Amino acid sequence: MAIWFARSRNLVSSLRQNLGWSAILIKRDNSPRPVVFTTSTAFFGPVGSHRHESTAVEKQPDFVQQRDEEDALELDFPGGKVGYTSEMKFIPESPSRRIPCYRVLDENGRIIPDSDFIPVSEKVAVKMYEQMATLQVMDHIFYEAQRQGRISFYLTSVGEEAINIASAAALSPDDVVLPQYREPGVLLWRGFTLEEFANQCFGNKADYGKGRQMPIHYGSNRHNYFTVSSPIATQLPQAAGVGYSLKMEKKNACAVTFMGDGGTSEGDFHAGLNFAAVMEAPVVFICRNNGWAISTHISEQFRSDGIVVKGQAYGIRSIRVDGNDALAVYSAVRSAREMAVKEQRPVLIEAMTYRVGHHSTSDDSTKYRAADEIQYWKMSRNPVNRFRKWVEDNGWWSEEDESKLRSNTRKQLLQAIQAAEKWDKQPLTELFNDVYDVKPKNLEDQEVGLKALIEKQPQDYPPGFHV
Amino acid sequence: MSAILQGAGATTALSPFNSIDSNKLVPPSRSSLSVRSKRSIVVAGSDGIKSFGSGLITRRSEPLIANAVATKGENAATSTLSKPGHELLLFEALQEGLEEEMDRDPHVCVMGEDVGHYGGSYKVTKGLADKFGDLRVLDTPICENAFTGMGIGAAMTGLRPVIEGMNMGFLLLAFNQISNNCGMLHYTSGGQFTIPVVIRGPGGVGRQLGAEHSQRLESYFQSIPGIQMVACSTPYNAKGLMKAAIRSENPVILFEHVLLYNLKESIPDEEYICNLEEAEMVRPGEHITILTYSRMRYHVMQAAKTLVNKGYDPEVIDIRSLKPFDLHTIGNSVKKTHRVLIVEECMRTGGIGASLTAAINENFHDYLDAPVMCLSSQDVPTPYAGTLEEWTVVQPAQIVTAVEQLCQ
Repeated sequence: MAIWFARSRNLVSSLRQNLGWSAILIKRDNSPRPVVFTTSTAFFGPVGSHRHESTAVEKQPDFVQQRDEEDALELDFPGGKVGYTSEMKFIPESPSRRIPCYRVLDENGRIIPDSDFIPVSEKVAVKMYEQMATLQVMDHIFYEAQRQGRISFYLTSVGEEAINIASAAALSPDDVVLPQYREPGVLLWRGFTLEEFANQCFGNKADYGKGRQMPIHYGSNRHNYFTVSSPIATQLPQAAGVGYSLKMEKKNACAVTFMGDGGTSEGDFHAGLNFAAVMEAPVVFICRNNGWAISTHISEQFRSDGIVVKGQAYGIRSIRVDGNDALAVYSAVRSAREMAVKEQRPVLIEAMTYRVGHHSTSDDSTKYRAADEIQYWKMSRNPVNRFRKWVEDNGWWSEEDESKLRSNTRKQLLQAIQAAEKWDKQPLTELFNDVYDVKPKNLEDQEVGLKALIEKQPQDYPPGFHV
Repeated sequence: MSAILQGAGATTALSPFNSIDSNKLVPPSRSSLSVRSKRSIVVAGSDGIKSFGSGLITRRSEPLIANAVATKGENAATSTLSKPGHELLLFEALQEGLEEEMDRDPHVCVMGEDVGHYGGSYKVTKGLADKFGDLRVLDTPICENAFTGMGIGAAMTGLRPVIEGMNMGFLLLAFNQISNNCGMLHYTSGGQFTIPVVIRGPGGVGRQLGAEHSQRLESYFQSIPGIQMVACSTPYNAKGLMKAAIRSENPVILFEHVLLYNLKESIPDEEYICNLEEAEMVRPGEHITILTYSRMRYHVMQAAKTLVNKGYDPEVIDIRSLKPFDLHTIGNSVKKTHRVLIVEECMRTGGIGASLTAAINENFHDYLDAPVMCLSSQDVPTPYAGTLEEWTVVQPAQIVTAVEQLCQ
């Protein structure tokens, strides 16, 4: 552990030298914190005063000596013509400046002057805000329900409400969504009701998944939202397949898939992006870079400048976005979607954010990160508050609306939970259905055997366990 | 992935210990058709075999049965048939089945390595890219997990992909997608999403291809709930199973064998499908039931010749359906002969034979006069050296000895 701290301290000092980010470090570094915190803040959020530097970063350094008279000096290799140089130069492991982050709203909810963004109408903006707040309330209540032992598991999206809702708002209902698991907001936007969420979490008879998956593994073909599958990043090659399918059928729709920073280490990330690029499939890959994969900080996850730089490695257009800025996320996803469908190409979006909650109810993140770091992101960098300020400044939202929304949603959720709890659970037949389209003989036999066992010894099975 | 040696030899492959050329190998499968036909007609009503999917399957197989040439133990050298048909090799039969299904349903597509203009490493997809375009017959980069996952995603969105693994062994890299997603998503989504994929490719022990290219993946996959597994062994059942697998709503893994691609047989001109869950009666008999599949069928039939000369009457069944087992056909046979010998290419531990032995013991114990015997490959990686490799595969001589032992 000591060695790690020493290394990161050197990292911090080299950052100071190379990136000129001393301003940020001085700003934040005003109280004793573990080195972890200092390092991590360095990676998040550009500061307004450095914005002018960002435009310079876009120019790629030239590695080939460009001399007019030697224009014809190119080599032919499989893959096309490539210029050559006699200067032995290695491409540096990271660009001299990090790729800047696209943002539209500042921390006070005011639009940064000269921003380009896609305007959002009052109706859409209010709906976006309402849904972000609803998602907050939903996360809070379901989390508490798990703590009370009423559901077995839950996973919150606290801190990532802007990514959830704004991306969903930017898509069309025909776009097929392949989530990781921290994107229930997309389903919420598309019309999944609080009751439907509760039913899945309780695994009751009304659950569309028929009680077969853990809580938060929502899925709805009606809403074009693929059922969540726990293993990380398996949805990425599947998204390439969905894109391929949409391309074959020439539909005006794209595949949209989400992953976390940890998911980009999986082989399936490489596979999915490479395939989508080669296939020229309309897929939008949205990476929620929230800094943590359970207890693994991104500095231990990869050594590249985040995920956005990986797009170019696959020939994929990419952008880094402030994931806590709802307007920026909306504009970026909307543009990416248009590009994907019109130009039939994949697009990569890295949305920078912070995972405020624990990884899940099975995790206590204060074990591996500072409580005040969490507090900082929860209070000062809260995406919901930020968007609320903008909506309120426009006169579209009031304190009264706020308290009404929160109390109504809370009430509705509590009722949904109570109702979901009371619903019967799935009968035994659902254990054996849907394994295949038609039940084969061996499963029929197994079902008959189990039924007989339960009827013979009902005292060994939970009451209300019906067959 | 190392490059694969193409098509192991021009003529068909059997053990070099037996000098059998491909022509004589056309199996006397016609007899099985007449047996199957009776069962097919009855299927709808009987509680024996339940067909998955539509009754379309049984209806389809009816018309041609009437034309079948049905003789038991016929030497195929005389199979200049009394009925019209066309002769082709097994890989061509697979290609024909695939092409017919692609003509019939625009949602059927193919993806895999080198399946497009190259025509596939074993030429199963030859000519398809020219006919259907290179989006529908898709050449993918080298990542089995990726294109299997891609096929699953495409299937969930309405296509019917046929995913080719260049060699079954490579599909070990796709195990996660096959087990966690392919087999599971229909169930965990509550039936909202179906995954009608076909995953196919050549496996089994070839001709000195080395351990990594001689895998028997049916052992590893047989436990995965939600998938079906079938193994083809003749051009007739290759085409029939390919078509049935594509039409099935369930994910189906179709096991082909590297050494069987050049088998020649005459197959009907009319359209037909083979039932995915049915076993094939290769040679009816009275003394002993020999259960086998894929390439071992031919070793068994070779041994059967010797056994007949010695006065035995073995019943040979090609089980074809590896998951689920056709316990109806198998059971009827066990009830008749009371002795079972399983001949497989899988390893002894955890192979198809191991599961089949357990299933027979559980279900038909009372009918057995002797313990079920299973001949399998040893639990060793397949060596490269020809002589060593030969001895990892069950040989006809061993089969003869085993039958003599069981029938004492």
